[in-house]
Amino acid sequence: MEVMTEKKIERKGPVLFSPYKRGEGIKAALKLKRNDILFEVKEAGLKGRGGAGFPTSAKWMLTAAAKSDKKYIVCNADEGEPGTFKDRVLLLEYPELVFEGMVIAGYTVGSDQGIVYLRGEYEYMLSSLEDYLKEMKKDNLLGDKILGTDFNFNINIHLGSGAYVCGEETALIESLEGHRGEPRNRPPYPVNTGFMGCPTVVNNVETLSSVPHIITKSGEWFKKHGTDKSTGSKLFSVSGDCNKPGVYELPWGTTIKELLKLVEAKDTKAVQVGGASGVCVPVNQFDRKLGFEDLATGGSIMIFNKKRDMLKVLKNFMEFFVEESCGQCTPCRIGNVKLLEGTEMIEKGTHTFKYINTLKELGKTMQVASKCGLGQSSPNSFISILDNFKEEIFSSGRNGGDKK
Amino acid sequence: MLLEEKNSLSEEIEKYVNEYGNNRAALMPILQAVQRNHNYVSDFAQQEVARMLDIHPVEVYSVISFYSFLHSKPRGRNIVRLCRTIACDMVGKDAVEKAVTRELGIGFGETTKDGKITLEFTNCLGMCDQGPAMIVNERVFVKLDPEKAINILNEIK
Ligand SMILES: Cc1cc2nc3c(=O)[nH]c(=O)nc-3n(C[C@H](O)[C@H](O)[C@H](O)COP(=O)(O)O)c2cc1C
Ligand code: SF4
Ligand code: FES
Repeated sequence: MEVMTEKKIERKGPVLFSPYKRGEGIKAALKLKRNDILFEVKEAGLKGRGGAGFPTSAKWMLTAAAKSDKKYIVCNADEGEPGTFKDRVLLLEYPELVFEGMVIAGYTVGSDQGIVYLRGEYEYMLSSLEDYLKEMKKDNLLGDKILGTDFNFNINIHLGSGAYVCGEETALIESLEGHRGEPRNRPPYPVNTGFMGCPTVVNNVETLSSVPHIITKSGEWFKKHGTDKSTGSKLFSVSGDCNKPGVYELPWGTTIKELLKLVEAKDTKAVQVGGASGVCVPVNQFDRKLGFEDLATGGSIMIFNKKRDMLKVLKNFMEFFVEESCGQCTPCRIGNVKLLEGTEMIEKGTHTFKYINTLKELGKTMQVASKCGLGQSSPNSFISILDNFKEEIFSSGRNGGDKK
Repeated sequence: MLLEEKNSLSEEIEKYVNEYGNNRAALMPILQAVQRNHNYVSDFAQQEVARMLDIHPVEVYSVISFYSFLHSKPRGRNIVRLCRTIACDMVGKDAVEKAVTRELGIGFGETTKDGKITLEFTNCLGMCDQGPAMIVNERVFVKLDPEKAINILNEIK
């Protein structure tokens, strides 16, 4: 497999990449009472790493409290946000963390079935992941009566088929049920009405991977890293103009400036935080901190140096959204097309500022009126790039952009 | 389609249904299996899947049309998908794109005359630290340049 030919990197990091022995998380968890695990995860202050940052302990408590014979643990491995690839590294190099996190979640909320929703683009991982699951079964870390207890848990892997929106948790569930991946109205939330109408935990790969460390090393230890509101560490997927692209584990609270230094980025003009649905941060804001207090992100960091054309970047993002909108609701279906057309007008120099301002207003409407996070966040790039790079974009250097 | 082909396709689908289950949640894995073997899901295959899962054929079609990796029209034996998202774009996707179209004599979205290769664009493949990236069937190739990309295409059967 081509990506595997890359030499396995010696990874270092304070939390996720800290030493861990396969199986020790499950072993420790099964000795604890369910409430003690919930307490530990709460103490750790773990928040969802998929982007939304919902407290994991709250999600688990709600699912644990829901009454049902069947409950599910879903690992969201759809990783479709442009510029994100940290889940790829966790799945390929740290499957023990991902799967043991699922087993522990299952034990805690009273579920015996886990499902990994693996994006279709990651099909090349499927056989090695399935082999790993077989190994776990052999070692009695999975299957019936895990480690001699009464707890049963199995994990299936379900492949996606190339739809970014299926990373949204309710669209993901629709997709699992064999439907088009169209987001549902919420409430009801998956914690009550999820896969097949049963209470379901949907957690990101990285969120689940944090759990075995919290169980073996304590919530107190986890909390020592990061900031008050953003505890622990975060994996950042760094790409674009720098000498050392790749996955970095850094404590929350790291500034953009610090990160740029670490990855050896020079002449940086802009950093896109959070992928296409994130925001574009200009040089004068590089002291901003990565964390839920300021720049919350699923971990995509794309770096642009002085030579890059930010309008081209914006156009690439808007094309992405036009293609990936599920088309279910009007603000997003039509809105993204209008924002892309506006971007092309600027490119050709046929725009008026009056119209561009109208489009920014439209963007704000989309942020409140769209049904799911895709349409709510797709205008972020449009607004932040046009606001932060207006001199460049509307200057005389560009294709008649100054004439209007 | 010949009757024999139809029969063997029906048998094949029946095998998938036995493996994945005859319920709605099995629909995607079944369609993915058909697609893996034939590179598209024909009208007849859609009808058979619908019949065996006891759902309307339109339901099957509506699912296929939603997902960018599922197709209802015939395509090449090998599917080549080049990432066109910005991180790959910044490190030379254009050069690879041009070289590939020149070499195969077809554009993106098209299939070679001998039915060997279909070229497509795709969005971020999660290889942004090693771009330009492309997927051939399900294998991933990274750090492409024009020559490397052409060599990969030439090796495809
Ligand atoms: C359009 C869209 C795409 C998303 N894609 C992903 C994804 O690929 N992976 C992920 O973990 N969460 C994704 N999310 C967030 C999920 O809806 C959900 O919040 C998350 O899986 C919850 O897990 P967490 O609490 O562990 O973060 C996406 C959300 C939206 C709106
Ligand atoms: S916001 Fe966009 S992706 Fe989300 S439901 Fe509406 S149309 Fe679909
Ligand atoms: S941008 Fe091409 S793999 Fe992410």
